[in-house]
Amino acid sequence: MSKQIIYGVFDDEEVLISSAKALRGQGVKIRDVFSPFPIHGLDPVIGIKPTRLSNAAFFYGMFGTSMAVLMTWYMMIHDWPMNVGGKPSFSWFQNMPAFIPVTFELTVFCAAHGMVLSYLLVNKIYPGRKAHNPDPRSTDDKFIMEIQTADNKKVAGSEIISVLRNTGAIEINQKEL
Amino acid sequence: MSNHSASVREPLILGDKTYHQITEDIAQPIEGKANGLFKILFTISALLALWGVACFAYTIGTGIGVWGLNKTVGWAWDITNFVWWVGIGHAGTLISAILLLFRQRWRMSINRSAEAMTIFAVICAALFPVMHMGRVWMAYWVLPLPNTFGSLWVNFNSPLLWDVFAISTYFTVSLVFWYTGLIPDFATIRDRQVKPRMKKIYSILSFGWSGSAKQWSRFEEVSLVLAGLSTPLVLSVHTIVSMDFATSVIPGWHTTIFPPYFVAGAIFSGFAMVLTLLIIMRKVLHLEDYITIAHVESMNKIIIITGSIVGVAYLTELFVSWYSGVEYEQYAFLNRATGPYWWSYWSMMTCNVITPQLFWFKKIRKSLLATFIISIFVNIGMWFERFVIIVTSLHRDYLPSSWTMFHPTFIDIGIFLGTIGIFFTLFLLFSRTFPVIALNELKTILKSTSENPKPPHH
Repeated sequence: MSKQIIYGVFDDEEVLISSAKALRGQGVKIRDVFSPFPIHGLDPVIGIKPTRLSNAAFFYGMFGTSMAVLMTWYMMIHDWPMNVGGKPSFSWFQNMPAFIPVTFELTVFCAAHGMVLSYLLVNKIYPGRKAHNPDPRSTDDKFIMEIQTADNKKVAGSEIISVLRNTGAIEINQKEL
Repeated sequence: MSNHSASVREPLILGDKTYHQITEDIAQPIEGKANGLFKILFTISALLALWGVACFAYTIGTGIGVWGLNKTVGWAWDITNFVWWVGIGHAGTLISAILLLFRQRWRMSINRSAEAMTIFAVICAALFPVMHMGRVWMAYWVLPLPNTFGSLWVNFNSPLLWDVFAISTYFTVSLVFWYTGLIPDFATIRDRQVKPRMKKIYSILSFGWSGSAKQWSRFEEVSLVLAGLSTPLVLSVHTIVSMDFATSVIPGWHTTIFPPYFVAGAIFSGFAMVLTLLIIMRKVLHLEDYITIAHVESMNKIIIITGSIVGVAYLTELFVSWYSGVEYEQYAFLNRATGPYWWSYWSMMTCNVITPQLFWFKKIRKSLLATFIISIFVNIGMWFERFVIIVTSLHRDYLPSSWTMFHPTFIDIGIFLGTIGIFFTLFLLFSRTFPVIALNELKTILKSTSENPKPPHH
């Protein structure tokens, strides 16, 4: 049996979800779905785990907080204590109220930028990268399900196609690998 | 199809729309030719911007002595304009971040252009403190860098330094938040281009986005966390701006009410500017079906709330200055209302406290013309608010021999008009090259909030 990719094209996201459920019910593995907007409720159906990007953001934020504490302590308390307006720099804790704004801003700065950089990295998107959506209509109004026969040894390609057709795909395209 | 909310709330998308029609409508200003009105507006804005650049150049070449500042009034139009522009920026973040957290779906047609407005307004704002440094080539001295005189650092006790951190964080985070949302929409524009040059440009701008399920799952997470981070950030920015004044010992500035009062004022003025821009934009770009009267009405309701908060803050300031028994404080407020700058105080009061109250009438709230006029009033009123706070507090010093008036020079005026030119030039360029509405996000609410939700045909 030759390896091929089957693309099921849908024009409604809810129809795609019910079709994906039917396919999963028969044990078909769905490689990916390309859509113009996020389809809510699709991830658990096609077996996508929740992203851990927000955990990463938390650690970037903590990094920002620590850097800010370290920087204000080093510059204002340790390296060159300044007596501004009769309020000398004794210890970091006593002078902390004045350092809160900068600490807060650096926390947000590191969390936001760190998260966005990680997002670009794990999504592999950057200027100059070629898009790999199978059909240009998938960023407009079509929802495209990608199934590879190599992933599905137990279910025949023709059977997958008939399920797709019966569950509302408006178009089915096949590509030999 | 789920159409549960359409009967309770007004539709947010008018007309018979399909997913494809939304793409067509939003791509049309990018792909079509500029009309005459656009060309006229662009020429005027670009000329104003050039005039501003000339005034900037003159200031840098000669020194800030070319401004109307004097020994007593050391801060005037420059800081007024700075606070005014930063404040205007706040509406964009409020719409895209706070309304996202509150799941307000009416934000979706307006968040993209409001965020663009935020970014352009913050660019205009940042020019003023930098110019006020005089020797702008030394602007990097505000960064915590070791210098050639030994390890003398920047002063972390100073609200002016907090401002450096706040504004730069705010600007960069707003920029990446905006761009993250733009990537999938650029991909939509890319995939419909036939001309190779356009395709090339939008394929670079879209970072090779393909819209796979995993990408969308991460996209949603990033949007949510960035909204969560931007919400306290936007509140902190104007809080810190207000501390530039509140931590000093100038009568009229030294008040604890400043942070919430400034934040409310910022949102108030920002929404006014959003309305000014969008009422024109929806007409010029034919987006009446997306930016509807319902959107305008929702924004007007926020103007009533924030305008009333600002009004209460004005009255509280008056009461506290009387109740405090501090004669300097009492004089500062008496002088604002009845002194030589009475006209600016009463312009502020009229524009900010009285005009927005007209929005209690549904007819006025739903009228585009009335909204447009009132939004201009609010823009003017909020500029006067900052002028009143800054100049009237300074021009009466503790020493009566130092009392003076502030007179702006034509350079002061030129720079201010120049930033308005820069702002509109950038916004007009944006409106013809970027998808001005978050079109893919809008498709997610099409079924539940359009006028005629169409079941797809099979």
